[in-house]
Amino acid sequence: MSELTAAPRTGGDAPAHDPPDADLTIVPSRHPWRRVATAVVAVLAAMAVNALVTNPAWDWPTVGQYLFAPSIVRAVLLTLQLTVLGIVVGFLLGTVLAVMRLSANPLLRSVSWTYIWIFRSVPLILQLLFWYNLALLYRSISFGIPFGPAFFEIGTMDLVSPLTAAVLGLALHQAAYAAEVVRSGFLGVDQGQLEAAAALGIPQWRRFRRIQLPQAMRTIVPTAANELIGLVKGTSVVYIMALSELFYQVQVIYTRTGRVIPMLLVAAVWYLVLTTVLSIGQFYVERYYAKGALRTLPPTPLQRLRATIGGLRARVAS
Amino acid sequence: MVELRGVHKSFGALEVLRGIDLTVRAGEVTVLLGPSGSGKSTLLRAINHLEKVDRGFVRVDGELIGYRRAGRKLHELPERRILAQRSRIGFVFQNFNLFPHLTVLENVTEAPVSAQGRDRAEVRAAGLALLDRVGLTDFAGQYPRRLSGGQQQRVAIARALALRPALLLFDEPTSALDPELVGEVLDVMRDLARSGTTMVVVTHEIGFAREAADTVVFLDEGRIVEQGPPAQVLDDPREARTRAFLSAVLH
Ligand SMILES: Nc1ncnc2c1ncn2[C@@H]1O[C@H](COP(=O)(O)OP(=O)(O)O)[C@@H](O)[C@H]1O
Ligand SMILES: [Mg+2]
Repeated sequence: MSELTAAPRTGGDAPAHDPPDADLTIVPSRHPWRRVATAVVAVLAAMAVNALVTNPAWDWPTVGQYLFAPSIVRAVLLTLQLTVLGIVVGFLLGTVLAVMRLSANPLLRSVSWTYIWIFRSVPLILQLLFWYNLALLYRSISFGIPFGPAFFEIGTMDLVSPLTAAVLGLALHQAAYAAEVVRSGFLGVDQGQLEAAAALGIPQWRRFRRIQLPQAMRTIVPTAANELIGLVKGTSVVYIMALSELFYQVQVIYTRTGRVIPMLLVAAVWYLVLTTVLSIGQFYVERYYAKGALRTLPPTPLQRLRATIGGLRARVAS
Repeated sequence: MVELRGVHKSFGALEVLRGIDLTVRAGEVTVLLGPSGSGKSTLLRAINHLEKVDRGFVRVDGELIGYRRAGRKLHELPERRILAQRSRIGFVFQNFNLFPHLTVLENVTEAPVSAQGRDRAEVRAAGLALLDRVGLTDFAGQYPRRLSGGQQQRVAIARALALRPALLLFDEPTSALDPELVGEVLDVMRDLARSGTTMVVVTHEIGFAREAADTVVFLDEGRIVEQGPPAQVLDDPREARTRAFLSAVLH
């Protein structure tokens, strides 16, 4: 310290071997244990890759052969369709349920509560079978005035196809969870925000769309993404309805060919791809809703990569 | 301009306002003083119907706030009408309550467009002029969290002014600020007071009250204890409670 203070404050007449204070270089502290940990993890990872690649039982050639087979690709598309419909309908209904649950009206509150209670309590697979067998409960469904005359009637079998039953089951189940996700988002918005909006005379719907929702999204998005990824895999239970989504389709193939492990790998790879795409999407959606909440946004992976390359270049150059 | 008659308000068993009669004339600045919990915020919030009163009424510009009178009955107005009334009364909060996900300019222009249905381009120009008036033109595109407390509160004042309110209400606008930032906000408020804006201000800044107020009102336990010109209430209070409060605040 005494050395530093002894050095001249302005660099004007300082000798060359004694740079002015402003030019002192910073040396980051070293982390020896971090290096040890890195080495250990690297060895373990290498062992895992080795076990995956070298054991012929994984049968990678078969995996490659079936990965883009038309029947598999169609099944992936159906899985995607189930997921998208399930999450969109689920979150739309969930938002309605959340708003009901937060409303001042006790009837709306209790209806919402009861819905969430039932649909969270009964296992999904059971709910799916109920919808699948709806025709056993109600032979036909009629549209008309409640408790009054019906305009037209449709046989339940025609209206609720296995696909509809699957979407219905997934979406209604998802809605119960989505409601709680959305509700927690709204609870997280500071009361003062609503008060300020009300004091400014902003109309109710606008208040919801412009003030509440974007702020609630900060908490909703990460949990909703979790739900979405859960649903991608959750669609696999639909196999019991003999819908040829991904999991059902690989089963069909391996019962025919007997190549169980590679077909399971095919499904695993596809689920991995789907969730990876969703995770990337999640990153950017979260970033969008972080606007104004953080003083500076974290860099995107691309920006980070560029910064790293730039840093390396600079180091090589010097 | 503002008229409160026999205003009562209770939260459960707690009677917070116990019969408030108060008149604020157009163009005047009224400062509300009183110990914490005396009902100052509740009174202010009753003026723009953020808080419903149990008895009595509030009139702004001769118009009943929140109710329509029919004979001896007051019927509560539909939400839309109340919002319209509120949009003519600016409110500045202790914690600013700026919208963090909107830029400074968007904060200022949101309500004039969505609550008053004014033209977007006109509102934008007016918003920029207001930001200039509070000295924040350079921050128009920033998000509020990047601003200091004093700057945020000045944005909040510009946001309230953007509605071209007939009346401005301030609830302890400088209480959440670091001491060195209080001045810049009070400067803006003094400027408004000089320009003839009708204001009701809850504050503990006795200096501001002395300088800018036309009337100082001292509130305690939900009642108005004493009111009058600042020279009288602040320098020569009649009531012992006012004296006790002032000596506590000034020392
Ligand atoms: N929404 C509310 N519910 C219950 N009690 C409240 C509510 N708002 C205020 N109070 C109570 O009313 C009293 C007066 O509050 P307030 O008007 O905020 O006082 P001041 O602004 O003078 O400090 C306090 O005792 C406070 O706890
Ligand atoms: Mg208060």
